[in-house]
Amino acid sequence: MNPAAAQKINIFIPRPNEAPPLDTAGPIGWIRQNLFNGKGNSLLTILALLFLLKTVPALLSWALFKATWVSGAACDATREGACWAFVVEKFRILMVGIYPSPHLWRPAVSFGLLATVVILTLFRLVSARTLAFLWFSLPLPLFWIINGGMGLAHVDQSLWGGLMLSMGLAVVGILFSLPLGILLALGRRSRMASVKALSIGIIELIRGVPLITILFMASVMLPLFLPKGVNINNLLRVQIGVILFSSAYIAEVIRGGLQAIPPGQMEAAVSTGLTHWQATRLVVLPQALRHVIPSIIGRCVALFKDTSLVIIVGLLDFLGMIKASTQDPEWLGYEAEAYVFCALVYWIICFSISRYGRSIEKNNAW
Amino acid sequence: MLQVKKDPFHPKPSVTPYFKVAPQMKKPRLFLTKEQGRTILMQFLVMGGILWFCHLLFVNTQANLSARNIASGFGFLAYEAGMPISDALLPYTPADSYGYAFFIGVVNTLYVSAISIVLATLIGVMVGVARVSSNWLVAKLAEIYVEVLRNIPLLLILFFTYGVVLAALPAPRQSLHWGTGLFLNNRGIYFPRLIPETGFFMIPVAFVLGLIAAVILHRKAVDLRRKTGRALPSIRIGLALALGLPLLTSLLLGMPAELNMPVLQGFNFAGGAVIRPEFCALLIGLVLYTAAFIAENVRSGIQSVPRGQLDAAQALGLPNGLIMRRVVLPQALRVTIPATTNDYASLVKNSSLAVAIGYPDMVSVGGTIIGQNDQAIEIIVMWMAVYLFINLIISLAMNGLNARVQLIGR
Repeated sequence: MNPAAAQKINIFIPRPNEAPPLDTAGPIGWIRQNLFNGKGNSLLTILALLFLLKTVPALLSWALFKATWVSGAACDATREGACWAFVVEKFRILMVGIYPSPHLWRPAVSFGLLATVVILTLFRLVSARTLAFLWFSLPLPLFWIINGGMGLAHVDQSLWGGLMLSMGLAVVGILFSLPLGILLALGRRSRMASVKALSIGIIELIRGVPLITILFMASVMLPLFLPKGVNINNLLRVQIGVILFSSAYIAEVIRGGLQAIPPGQMEAAVSTGLTHWQATRLVVLPQALRHVIPSIIGRCVALFKDTSLVIIVGLLDFLGMIKASTQDPEWLGYEAEAYVFCALVYWIICFSISRYGRSIEKNNAW
Repeated sequence: MLQVKKDPFHPKPSVTPYFKVAPQMKKPRLFLTKEQGRTILMQFLVMGGILWFCHLLFVNTQANLSARNIASGFGFLAYEAGMPISDALLPYTPADSYGYAFFIGVVNTLYVSAISIVLATLIGVMVGVARVSSNWLVAKLAEIYVEVLRNIPLLLILFFTYGVVLAALPAPRQSLHWGTGLFLNNRGIYFPRLIPETGFFMIPVAFVLGLIAAVILHRKAVDLRRKTGRALPSIRIGLALALGLPLLTSLLLGMPAELNMPVLQGFNFAGGAVIRPEFCALLIGLVLYTAAFIAENVRSGIQSVPRGQLDAAQALGLPNGLIMRRVVLPQALRVTIPATTNDYASLVKNSSLAVAIGYPDMVSVGGTIIGQNDQAIEIIVMWMAVYLFINLIISLAMNGLNARVQLIGR
């Protein structure tokens, strides 16, 4: 090769990449691709922005900027913003109802206990077995602290109310309906025709009717079923109704988990010499329950929302106390504040629980 | 699944089994096995337990009822109710019987449920589609809607709508109005009422005939399209038929109806028809709440459609709207429908919350009856029977629909 030809060879030197066009990268690109890709989407974006401009500033100014936060008595009648002083004033009644004031430490201690167990669960600080034991033994100390007896002054159940009552109904409802639901689910899969028919009958009857009719039944019909001299108070009756209602739904959730377990598990367990009952208890059920934990958490959210219906049979839970406090003659006209606060509290609780459920489902954590 | 295809050459489809199943050998046994014996014993115990429990309940109830002087049986249904019902779809007076009053309540339950189901489905599908929109803002707004509505109790939404939103409407004298016939105030929405005159019944008849003609036409058009590829604008022609025919009839008969306008008299309106705020609040609450759940079903349905379907439809050059309507949504239905069946059933059950805001549905009317004559057992049994029946109808209808949209294995 002569030197002249060698000089003609072009050596390819890659140039650095050009920066992408301004309208496809960075924030502008993001806006173009996600908000203004096409005529229809641009129109939608503009409409949505107009809607937000109309609502969000007005809402913020009502709820935050022009709101009255502290006030001894009813707010200025010509106010433009929300009167959160109403919520501050009624805070105690909203949380614990008319629970006597010298004993207010008792709901606080109960809440602390519940919060401790919740934190132990969230951060998985103890083993699953201990957690289950803690949760299922929780109602007993809670009941003792709130109700009194054995050294503590008795507080009548007609004085319980507010968020405390809502949470109590929901927690006790879920905890008691779990074993009942498991029994019903096993009964539904039983080979004994009468047990199966009975379980299907109970589950479908309860799932087919609204909670209100079950609450009415618990509150009005249950006293007629009891023998003379046996009286149970309204709260307990309603709690029984809530437990029954919840257990039918839990049973269906657990049945789904049982169906997801391959029959080989049962066969293998029985062939090792376990009895049918032992195999169910030690092999099938633990796997099934692990499958359905997210759905059970979903049921917790639903049940917590559903406990708001007890207002219809005369119990003043959180929503009941909200409604009652809007009718205080000295504090009339604060429905909006009351309901917005109520929605916020329900939302925070329900949303966190369902997020927790979703994270378990995603990470397959149990 | 094995499907026997119809074969024109062999009109009788026949399936020849590949092998014969030998009849199971059954040893006749004199005694039961231990297992069988235990099963039968358990069943006897269960049955006995149930019977004993029912007997106990019956005896207790009888004793309690007679101690409290409460009658039993359904005889009271024939007695005069003597209670007003604010919102009756059928003519009702307090002189009517308890049975009829309860029936009015059932009709109200069905009415509000049916309208809510239709509206909740429309809004739910819209929000569900918005949830997967490529427009970030729209998708976020839809997500906020769903996450807020799903995580607060329905009863709270009802109280808020009834006690805050609708209560903020002006008094009748300061009604918002559109034209001369439509008024909105805190007593409800007032609009003109149609008063039929002789020959009016022809108009609904014409409507039904038009509808039938439209359906037949549409079927023919679909057939034609399948065979030749020619598309007829059958929907438009059908719509013209269904609406034009009654219009034509009424013109020919010389408008056999009169409009009764609502007029402000004193503090309230007289004449016209009214939709009460209780009904509006219940409707709004049920629709918004259930729509959030349906939106989630629609979203998971859409996300279950394989990406390839979308790509293929785009490769064919279909516009986006048509892709959604003709390719994605029909396949999404397979996942959406079973979940939505449950939501419809809960909507009907949730309509019982009417009792909290005073709309006279079946639970609210029944509750008043219990308050008047203490016959709780009978009313609760009637509630349960009606709800179970409605749920049965819903699940039958939705299962039928579901069977039609599922993939048919060939």
